[in-house]
Amino acid sequence: MRVWISALLLAIAGAASAQQTLLNSSYDIARELFAAVNPKFQAHWQEMTGEDVTIQQSHSGSSKQARAILQGLKADVVTFNQVTDVNVLHDKGKLIPANWNTRLPNNSSPYYSTTAFLVRKGNPKNIQGWADLAKDDVSVVFPNPKTSGNGRYTYLAAWMATSDRLDGDEEKIRDYMAQFLANVAVFDSGGRAATVTFAEREIGDVLISFESEVNNIRKQYGSDDYDVVVPKTSVLAEFPVTVVDKVVDQKGTRKVATEYLNFLYSEDIQRLLAGFNYRVHNDTVVKETADQFPPVKLLEVADYFGSWAEAQKTHFASGGELDRLQAKARSLR
Amino acid sequence: MHERPRHWHQWFLIMAAFAAIAILLVMPLALIFTEAFSQGWAMVQQNLTNPDMLGAIKLTLIVTLITVPVNLLFGILLAWCVTRYEFRGRKLLSTLIDIPFAMSPVVAGLCYLVVYGAQSVVGNWFSGMGVQLMFALPGMVMVTVFVTCPYVARVLIPLMESQGQHEEEAAIILGASGWQAFLYVTLPKIRWALLYGVVLTNARAVGEFGAVSVVSGLIRGQTLTLPLLVQMWNQDYNTVGAFTAAGLLAAMALVTLLLKTVLEWATQHSSDNATEQKTEQDTP
Repeated sequence: MRVWISALLLAIAGAASAQQTLLNSSYDIARELFAAVNPKFQAHWQEMTGEDVTIQQSHSGSSKQARAILQGLKADVVTFNQVTDVNVLHDKGKLIPANWNTRLPNNSSPYYSTTAFLVRKGNPKNIQGWADLAKDDVSVVFPNPKTSGNGRYTYLAAWMATSDRLDGDEEKIRDYMAQFLANVAVFDSGGRAATVTFAEREIGDVLISFESEVNNIRKQYGSDDYDVVVPKTSVLAEFPVTVVDKVVDQKGTRKVATEYLNFLYSEDIQRLLAGFNYRVHNDTVVKETADQFPPVKLLEVADYFGSWAEAQKTHFASGGELDRLQAKARSLR
Repeated sequence: MHERPRHWHQWFLIMAAFAAIAILLVMPLALIFTEAFSQGWAMVQQNLTNPDMLGAIKLTLIVTLITVPVNLLFGILLAWCVTRYEFRGRKLLSTLIDIPFAMSPVVAGLCYLVVYGAQSVVGNWFSGMGVQLMFALPGMVMVTVFVTCPYVARVLIPLMESQGQHEEEAAIILGASGWQAFLYVTLPKIRWALLYGVVLTNARAVGEFGAVSVVSGLIRGQTLTLPLLVQMWNQDYNTVGAFTAAGLLAAMALVTLLLKTVLEWATQHSSDNATEQKTEQDTP
């Protein structure tokens, strides 16, 4: 009895007396990335101020993370993979100002990526771009746009790239999209499940995901078995970051939290990010890593659909474009 | 009592049961350990000493060490009330105990989040006092207590009901206080069942996933219990690590099973004794 009481007291005391502690709430697949960034920042902060800082990490789907913060998870900074999930923090909880994305360079997105393809070794179906994904004999794997941000990027990228190719002829775009959706072998609910379907169950000719992620999967499952194809045209996927104003003001961590995010733009960290196959903004690093990242024409969701919110409404809501295209796709199968 | 199987179809049923258990239970369990050791002992050791793993073990132990005593007291109290007193709402109380059994743990987690989260009145008040309930240790303990609260009571109630309260009455007539009657008469009679309830509560508390996952906030080394760590490492492509953590949980489950068997035997034995004594008393 005494033991557990003292254990409880210890735990409570430990939580209360902690030194400067930052909680970074982040998306699912960024665990290794921030495990590499954090020690570097701790050294940097020590050098800058002579103080120690502890950095805690929380990882999950970024929509789930945003909801947890609204419900009281005390995250000092968020590092997400969806702009909409950051916006929610303003719209639903007024935890950050509406103009949060103007506070740091590049729309507050220190690194970015795009949607790319993972194909089987030697690319037997010769898949080079989005147009190839609608061919009769191609079988495609990517997560369901209804449940996965990753899947939404893929869907919108296919739409935009085709719109770019066909000069915005909506009827032809819909024909392409229906054919593309008819080629989907399995609609998994998330990116991880789609990876298992493609790599472990060996279903499909191509897996579509973020460029950073397909490179990691290739490394994970064996570079001898897979190749990465980056299409000539694809979508700009931003990775927005912000301090959570309400939390940092309450905890008194604004200074260290802000510096943490600024630090992501430093040359050293940008090089580290490139090592994780994210595209970065720092000129020196961009030159150094030029042959790692094939040139790609990046299209922005806002230019084609107005905004993420609007794309969400017209395409992914119940009875929206996606549902109609799915019905059409079923008749093509 | 039991009849020996004589016909081939009776044997077939028994074989089918064994086959089903082998396929559904034993094989997956064996696979956990095979996977955990698939890259050698050194890898297992490395995973076991990983700070995330140590943090998860520590947190799981803390949560369990708080949950079990709380539910032990709660269970005894409930069983006492339901079996010793006759009052309006007794049936209702005994039904309400089962809510955590009937409810999915995820739903329990969400309920707690709604009631004690930052967007609620209660949660707001606590947060004003500087106490973080959800996404911290208190919340994780609260939902675990909720999910595991029926076990002790459910084990005790039938036993205490069948034992009746003649012996306690006798003790009280002989001058014992209520507390003495409980301590020296009731407690010895129910101690095996009580331990059995504790073992069940413990197993459930250690393994709880759904409710805890909702209120955890998934902060590495801080609010990740072992079951959450299994999921995290699995998603992290750290398959060996995930299976090592799973192996740890499975090992605990096996120990629980062993304890459960022993305690079941002891409970039966002691209640057999009790009935024997009773019949001895009744016969002369």
